[in-house]
Amino acid sequence: MRKHPEFISGLTAGIPIGLGYLSVSFGFGITAVRLGISVFSAFIISLTNLTSAGQAQGVEIIAAGGTLIEMALVQLVINMRYALMAISLSQNLDKSFTLRHRFIAAYGITDEIFAVCSTRKKPVTPSYMYGIIIVSSFGWTLGTVLGAAAGELLPAELISAMGIMLYGMFIAIIVPPAAENRKILLVILFACALSVVCKYLLTFISGGFAVIICGVTASLLGAWLFPVKEEEKK
Amino acid sequence: MSIVLYIIVMAGVTYLIRMIPFAFFRKKISSAFLRSFLFYIPYAVLAAMTFPAIFYSTGKPVTAAVGTAVALGLAYFRLPLIAVALAASLAAFGTGFLV
Repeated sequence: MRKHPEFISGLTAGIPIGLGYLSVSFGFGITAVRLGISVFSAFIISLTNLTSAGQAQGVEIIAAGGTLIEMALVQLVINMRYALMAISLSQNLDKSFTLRHRFIAAYGITDEIFAVCSTRKKPVTPSYMYGIIIVSSFGWTLGTVLGAAAGELLPAELISAMGIMLYGMFIAIIVPPAAENRKILLVILFACALSVVCKYLLTFISGGFAVIICGVTASLLGAWLFPVKEEEKK
Repeated sequence: MSIVLYIIVMAGVTYLIRMIPFAFFRKKISSAFLRSFLFYIPYAVLAAMTFPAIFYSTGKPVTAAVGTAVALGLAYFRLPLIAVALAASLAAFGTGFLV
């Protein structure tokens, strides 16, 4: 154990993330099965994607029989934030982080792992990041399988009620910054308004594309009307 | 269409978005407009995904509305993600017995 202090400290840092993922991905597993996706497919999706919002929208597209182009564009837009996080994180890497390690560790750039890695005082080593990723990915896939399998065992009312879990998590992510920053709040309200218009008036736009259109339009408007100064970012 | 194709596209795109900038990017983005746009994207996308879809997430708009209200309230007081998600779910579940 003493030989791998970085890996061990990564595993330790990953525990709260893994536990959090376990309960949230339980909701994803339930949703996936309810949409007609098998337990095994749900497991593979969670293992290969390791992301909540992208997966939640992805299974909707699969269930609706959307096109592969729609799938690719939706993942691109929803997960675009990871590109930004990857750029930010790439500035604080240890020298031992060779290209090969970057190819592997890129898999584990999520909101929470990014938050933990980017707030670390020391430069991030591959071992440290692998430690976090292993625990987090384990929690995420285990939760998915448990949720997908339990979907058939738990009472229907409970399963229905758990359908709101992922959305609850999204609210928990966006509300605190919106309460502090009026610009973020306005962009969020604009995105919601557009989304409602798409849902009830522009019904020919499929769900996945609607998310892209609303998200990109609201962000462009935000960038145009309320440019962000460097110090506002966390 | 086979689910295998969907999963390959989904996982492939998601990986490339993370990998390309992580492996190859060395500079800082200088355009203030682009930085602002990227800063707002996660909030705008999550908001568009959540509303109005959340009201259909439990099968009954009333239970979903109660769950949403609970989530908004607890999120405002900065409770952890898990607490907010579970409480929203429990509130929706409890309301299901009343309506």
